[in-house]
Order: sequence, then structure tokens, then C-alpha cells
Amino acid sequence: MDQFIASLADGLLLGFVYGLAAMGLTLIFGVMDVINLAHGPIIALGMFAVFFLGPPGLGLHPYVALLVVAVLGLIFGAIIYFISVHRILDGPHLSSLLSTFSVNMMIIGVGTAIFTTTPKNMDFSIGGLAFWALNIPFTRLVGAFIAVLVAAALYVFLYRTQQGKAIRAVANNRAASELMGIPSTMTLALSFGIGTMLAAVSGAIIATFFSFSILSGGVYELKSFVIVVLGGLGNPTGALLGGLILGALEGIVPVFLPVSWVPVIEFVLFVLILMYRPNGLFGGGRS
Amino acid sequence: MSFKSIKYPAFWISVGLVALAGILPLITGSNTTRETMFLVLTAIALASSLNMLLGYAGYVSFGHIVFLGFGGYVGFYLIVDHNWSLWLAMLVGGLMAGLLALLLGKAILHLRGAYFALATIGVNEAIKTFVKNFDLFGGPVGLEVNFLVYKDYGGPAQMQWTTYWAIFGLALLAVLVSYAIKFSRFGLGLMAIREDEDAAMVLGVRTPSAKTWAYVLSAIIPGMLGVILFFRNSSVEPEDAFRLHRSIEFIVMVMLGGQGTVLGPLVGAATYDTLRGFLLTSPLFKDLQLAFAGLLLLLIVLFVPTGIVGWLRGRFRQLWRVLE
Amino acid sequence: MKRLFLFVILSTITALVAACGGAAPEPAAPAQEQPKAEVAQEEPAKEEAAAPAGGEEVVTIGYTASKTGKLEVPSRGQTRGLELWLEQVNKDGITLSDGTVVKFDTKTYDDESAKERVQSLYTTLIEEDSADFLISPYSSGLTDAAAVIAESYGNVMITTGAASDATYKKGLTSVFQLYTPASRYLTGAIDMLAALDPDAKKIAFVYENAKFSTGVVEAAKAYAEEKGFDVVLFEGYDSETTDFAPFLNKIAAAEPDAVMGGGHFNDGSTLARQLYEKNTPVHFLALLVAPPELQFAELADAALGVVGPSQWEPQANYTKEAAAAAGLEWYGPTVAEFAKAYEDKYGEEPGYHAGGGYAAGVILQRAIEQADSTDPAAVKAALDDMNLLTFFGNVKFDTTAESHGLQQAHEMVYVQWQHDDQGNLVKQVVWPVEGQSAEPIYPLPR
Repeated sequence: MDQFIASLADGLLLGFVYGLAAMGLTLIFGVMDVINLAHGPIIALGMFAVFFLGPPGLGLHPYVALLVVAVLGLIFGAIIYFISVHRILDGPHLSSLLSTFSVNMMIIGVGTAIFTTTPKNMDFSIGGLAFWALNIPFTRLVGAFIAVLVAAALYVFLYRTQQGKAIRAVANNRAASELMGIPSTMTLALSFGIGTMLAAVSGAIIATFFSFSILSGGVYELKSFVIVVLGGLGNPTGALLGGLILGALEGIVPVFLPVSWVPVIEFVLFVLILMYRPNGLFGGGRS
Repeated sequence: MSFKSIKYPAFWISVGLVALAGILPLITGSNTTRETMFLVLTAIALASSLNMLLGYAGYVSFGHIVFLGFGGYVGFYLIVDHNWSLWLAMLVGGLMAGLLALLLGKAILHLRGAYFALATIGVNEAIKTFVKNFDLFGGPVGLEVNFLVYKDYGGPAQMQWTTYWAIFGLALLAVLVSYAIKFSRFGLGLMAIREDEDAAMVLGVRTPSAKTWAYVLSAIIPGMLGVILFFRNSSVEPEDAFRLHRSIEFIVMVMLGGQGTVLGPLVGAATYDTLRGFLLTSPLFKDLQLAFAGLLLLLIVLFVPTGIVGWLRGRFRQLWRVLE
Repeated sequence: MKRLFLFVILSTITALVAACGGAAPEPAAPAQEQPKAEVAQEEPAKEEAAAPAGGEEVVTIGYTASKTGKLEVPSRGQTRGLELWLEQVNKDGITLSDGTVVKFDTKTYDDESAKERVQSLYTTLIEEDSADFLISPYSSGLTDAAAVIAESYGNVMITTGAASDATYKKGLTSVFQLYTPASRYLTGAIDMLAALDPDAKKIAFVYENAKFSTGVVEAAKAYAEEKGFDVVLFEGYDSETTDFAPFLNKIAAAEPDAVMGGGHFNDGSTLARQLYEKNTPVHFLALLVAPPELQFAELADAALGVVGPSQWEPQANYTKEAAAAAGLEWYGPTVAEFAKAYEDKYGEEPGYHAGGGYAAGVILQRAIEQADSTDPAAVKAALDDMNLLTFFGNVKFDTTAESHGLQQAHEMVYVQWQHDDQGNLVKQVVWPVEGQSAEPIYPLPR
């Protein structure tokens, strides 16, 4: 029982951070129907950004560096949008999948040449919390807290600000919102930027407790896919919940089964949900 | 397939190109040519197979490598643990891949667009992680074939020729099947699905079964090919067998050449493969070859979305009968 | 404007395609690009040729390296070691009894850490680049594929960084393993634990669910049980695991005295770090691959006390005297000479992959000397007869038909991260006792 509680707590905390990454992916999909296959490498770039801004590089405190990473992520995302996505937005699905995948290849290719694939460690530790069966490093606690904070900020932004409302309008019906005078190109670039920012920030948080290399993003990209499907494609709130579910699964499954079965269960669940509830666990029924 | 189509130059161009590529090693007499053409023919067979679903029916199967991995694993297992002959194992591998596609087709082909693409990724990852835990297939360690087995095929050197001809045969088969589908009623149904699935249904195309059969056909050749590949490498591990990245490469090949045409995947596969081989060994690009390949892909997607063959067709109307 | 741009792009692509299409029937094209680099390497050789000597023979060594992809790091060490050897051996070359001076050249391509092109690249190496001898790629999987080519041509291939036993148990004849095979990676750690703490009885094996690590722990488990240990947990984790927290809770619940396993650098270092952060109560932690890497020190306190098997360490005490005492032949530079030359050239301490790359060259060099010829059959026979002590340790190959080429004599050393007098983290060799550079610390300081 102790093991169960402890593992659940561990899993849930990480779930918030996974959820944050997935929110980025799902936001982009929701607004422009694009599955961003450069999601993983962007997460990895977030990791490197916080590494070079933080103690091993410029010496900023990692949590201060997060703010810089967020701004960089936003700009980088807008650039990716204009270079690779804008032109093929109305094309078939395959085009956007391939154009974002080409960005993936370029980031990994240049990243390997510059950073090599040698794993990096932040060596950042701020103690931990130990009581009862729980033993939780503060880095994870703070990471989860920041993830929730960012998610809340996104919610406020989308529902309370002019820009956010514009994004939701474009997501709903681009043609109609253009008629209403919403500059759709800028709005789309902004959404892609925000999606990228979320991925980069979650990468940066992950880098504060796990080691990483330029190839690390792939794992989190696959996790994000699973989460996004759990929560419903295009639904940011669902993504955060999906992240928690995935985190809980990763925590609980090892209690009962060999850990190597965790990914099997995740992906089988992923396919089953796509088959039977393509709108996610919290969406409507079969479409 | 209406046999009249054999009269079209397009048919002879496709078959001729593959045949020419296939016998090239005999002409040069060099094993290096054979190995280069082995990779090219493998790419042609896989890209043409994928095109049956992706190009004709417009369904993006992102995890298509699953059929190569699964069929290959089944066949290789029969060779290693039950001493089956390569040829029989290859057929069974292909059939099992087809069977998997049939079952999957019933389950996920009702999904459209991005949902289907995501589901195929999930299927590949699910099967890969399952095989890692599946003791019969050696779990994480995989399977290895004893070199003594190669003696039955004339020793390792001869075995490489034998398997080369097998791949040649599969590439030829893939092109023939592509051609047959394209000019059949079945193929027209698929293309109707690609253009507008709902309209196709209304017009009397039995979309679920048409899609499923396209999926099955596109899975069989990769399954057979997997058996040959693993046998030739003498071992297999889950990570090589189900490498998602390779799946995406096939899509790039189909795109590059021109989806939905018979010649497209052929040209795309050959171009992509030679290009990659060139970038890898060229001193100028070898450190940045991945980034360069990415850049090239982006340029194609942005500016030549119909691929090489599609562009030529669009540009020169008189080529319509020649380039299919 | 748009059309113009399109036209430019298209013509560039067409030109590229044409260039490559032209290259397809003549695969030497990539190789033709190569000579630029080659010329530089051959130049000293030409000067030598002008000097009056009993003729000169340049032997080409071919190999693929993983310059991109997940195997890039260990493969880089291996390549650097080999290149250092090449530079050194070419100063004088090897003089055969008929006066011929043998010099070496290397040819290499990127295998992208993936199997697909390995066979094609090795064929190119043999056919187009006329490689006489081969070195394996890094990792057992890639080596399996390359071995097929080596066998079909009968070219000698020295493997380094390919530890799986299975590769050498399928009837190969011309492949020779330099590394201690996987089945003996952790047996020393079990002996060490038994010597340090007679009361320690419970071992948990937690390992990466992959070919190499599974091979290691399966053999180690059998050995541990034979030695009377109780294996309380035997579980593989997925290669891409980054969060070990739930797994650690499970380990803690099994209450082991020792945890052994790991797989590669990423997962191993993450496991060590999280084990420390979670304060999981174990006394002994031995992990594959990660601890011998210098970067493991980035874990700071979490690295302290962690043990790892290593193929070779700069502190290893393989010496001429040791060779004489054991009745073995000594050959090549001393440990210190190699380590210094490597540091001078690359500015970092050599790890075992680098040592392996260099040693592969040394072995080949010795075999050619012994054979007094570069004829493959003669060199193969010399390798079969070899029983040599070098800076890298003892090398002797199995010559039975079932497991020809399997390494028999080379032994692992075990490192542990400890504090030196200034409190810096340093890697010490703690096992076997004969090779100790420091006493092991036990239990894990926590």
C-alpha cells in the first residue's frame, strides 16, 4: 500500500509536466489541424536552452531561466510557423506532417553536429520532502507547480484576453473569423508560438531533474501523443488531465506488473481510445 | 486489371526501370553495385507498397514499418527456431503481415486523416514494446541465425546474391501490383475515396472493404521483405525491426516521387536512397546530412507537393500517357 | 517571382538527382569524393616510398563509425583510439622479414547507428576501398550485420564494442572479439560484494530491456544464484525510461542489499541519480556502461560509491612485469604511454571505448608481425595463436568451431567513484584486488 501511494504521487507530479508538453501539441492541432512532428526536438531544445542559460552556462537560476526559455520558445515557434507551416496550411494532412517532420530532421541534424549526443546533466538539487511513504525531490514538486501555473495562465489568456479570444475564434472557424476582421495569419503564428513555448518550457522543467540529449525529445513526443489522444485532440484542458492519467499509469502499473510492460499498456490504450473514443476520454462518443 | 494497359508505355517504363536496376550488378559484376541496388530495390518495394494505401486511397500510414517488423519477425522466428526454409518463411511472413493488416483494417481504418496517422504510430509502438516482452521472439535480445544455415544457401557470399534476387523479385512484384491496382475498378474506387470518401460511398464504392484490401495488399510485400532483411543481417532486435523513423522515410520517398502514380514511388525511392547514400559518404555533407535531407524535404513539400512525377505530368501534358 | 523561385529550386533538385542518378550505376561516385581527404593521409606514405627501402605496402583498415544517432558517443571514443594508433604506427610502419615496410590507412563511413546500410558500407569498404582488414562498428547489433560481409569475403574483422556472446556463437571464422563478453560483465561485481560483506544476501537486478544488458544480467543472475545469493527482483525497464521513481519504490519494497544492472549511459546515470535523490536504502550499486564514463561525475554526490564494470581504465596495472610473471608475451605501449599520448592528442582522459579502438589496432599490428605477412589466412592464424598482454589487458581468442573468436582471457576491472584528498570526485579501480588503485568504500555513503 505504501508503495502504491508513493508511486501514485511520483507519477502524478510528473504527469503535470507531461501534460504541459502535450498542451502545446494539442493547442496547435486544435487551432490549425496540424500535428507538429517537430514537437520532440523542440522539447529537447528547451532542455538545452535552460542548460546553457542556467548554472552550467550563463549562471541564471534555472527557474529564472525558464522565463527566458518561454520567450525564446515563442519566437522560435513563430519562425517555424512562417517557414514551414504557413504555406501548406490548406494542403492535405500529409503536407503538414512532412513539413514539420522536416523541421524535426533539421533540428536533430544541426543539434547533433553542435551538441553531439552526449547526455547532459543539470546537477541542480534543492533537497527533497520526506514523510511517511513519500520521498519527493523539490525539483519535481516545483516543476509540477510551475506546470500548473503555466496551464492556468494559458487558460486565462485564452478566455480573458483579446488575443486569446482571437485564437479560439480562428480555431473555431478561420474563414468566419477573418471576415470579422481577425488577422488570422498573426493569430496562427501566435498559436504556433505558444504551442512551441509550452513544449520548450516543459522540456526546460524536465531538464531540471532528468539527464537529456538532443535525441531525448522523441520519448516525450510519443508521450505527448498518448496524452493528447487521452484528453481529446485539440483540447488543452483535456491534455492536462491526460497528462495526469498517463503519470498515474506510469506510477501504478509497475506495482502490479514488470515495468517493461508500462509502454505496452500505454500504447495499447492509445490505440483503443482512438478506436472507440476518438474525441478523448472527456469528449463526446464515437465520431 | 485490364490487360489492355500493357500496351501503355507507362507499364513498360516502370517495369523496365526496375528490371534495369535489378540486373545492373550483373552488368558491372561488382558486389558494391549489388549492395547499392539492394538498398534501392528495398526502398522501391517498400515505397510502392505504401503507395497502394497512401497514394491511391489517401490514408497516411505513419507506422507502416510495423508490417516489415512483424512479418519479418514471424518468418525469421520460423527459420531460427523451426528450421524452415527461407522461401516458405518468407511467404508465411508476408501472409501474417497481411493478416495483421486485415485485423487492423477492421479496427482503425474508420479513422480519418490525422487520427488514422496517429493510430498507426500507436500500433507500431504497441507491437514493438510487446515484442520486447515476448519471450518466444527472444524478448529484448531478439533472434540470431546460425551461420551454418547459410551453407544451405551456398555460404554467406552466395546467400547475398540469392537474397538480392529475392528482393529484386519483390520490387518487381510491388510495381506490378501497383500497376494492376491503378488500372482496375478497385483502384478507381480507392482514388475516389482519396478525393472524397463520403461521395465515393454515395456513388456505390464499398469503402470499408476497399480500404481494408488496400491496407492488406500494402502490408504483404513489406512482411516478406522483412524476413529477407533479417535473414541477411543474421540477427534482429525489436529496435531495428520497428524503427518509426524508417517508416517516415518511406513516406518521404512516395512524396518525393509523386504519390498516387506507379512511377512516383519508384523514382522517389531510387532518388531518396541514392541521395542519402551520397550525403552520407560525401565529405562536404556527412556531418550535416540529416539536416540537409530535412531541408530538401521541406523544399519539396512546400514547392513541389506533387513530387517529381506529378510535376512532370503537370508541366508536360503530352507525358500523361507515359508517366503513370 | 514565385515561379522563378520554384524554377531555381527545381533545377537544383533535378541537378542533384541527375548527379545521383548518374552515380547509381557507378557507386564509386561517393568514393570519388573521398580522395580529397585521402590525399592528405597518403602524402607521408609517398615520401616514404621515395626513400630506399625494401618496398612498401599500404594496408587499408575499413570500419563504419556512428557519427550520428544514439551510438555517437561511444563510437567517437573508439574512432579516436584507432586514429591515434594509426598515427603512431605509421611513424615507422611494420618491417617484415623481407624488408617490406607495412603502413596503414583507414577508411570510414557513418552508419547512422542503424543496421540498414551497414552491409552496403562494409561491401563498399572491401570492394571499392580495398580494405584488407576490418574493425567492427560499435554495438553488437551492427556488428552482427557487418560480420556477414566479413565472413563472405573472409576478411579478418576485429570487434571492439561488440560484447554480446551470441554474435560469436554462430559459427564465425574470421571475426575476433577484443572485449570481455557480456556474460562476464557483472560476475566480478558479485565476487566483490561477497568479499566486502558476507552478510549481504539479497540482490536486485534492474536492467535496460535491450540486447546487451539482458545478456549481461541473465549470466550474472545465474552466477549470483550459484554463489548463494538471493535474487529478490529481476526486472527490465524500457530503454527510454527517464522516470525511475515508481520503479524505485518497487526496488525499495524488495529490500535488496545490492542493486545491479543498468544498460547505457542515459538510463544508468538517471537511475543512479534518482536512487540517490529518493534515498533508496541499498548498500551496493553496480551499473553497466555509465560509471566508467567521466561525465558520470556530473552526478556529484549521487555518483559517490557507485561501482561499474569497465573493459579498461587508465589506472589498470597491466605491465611488462605482470606479463613475465604470468608467462605471457608483452606487446605495445604501456598504460601510461597510451594514456598520455591520448590526452596530448584529444585533451581528455581516454575511456575504455578509446582504449578498445587503440587496442584493436595494436592486436592487428602484432598479428601482422607474427604472421610476417599481410596475407589474411596467415594473419588469421596468428590471431588464433595469440595470447598477449597489452596495455588493454590479456587477449586470447576461442578457437573452437562453435564459438570461434570469442574473447577468453580479457578481464573486466571495476571502478568506483570516490572522493580524493581534496574532496574531488575521482574514479578508482577497486576490483580485482591485484589491480586496486584504492580500497572500495562500502556500504554506499548516503
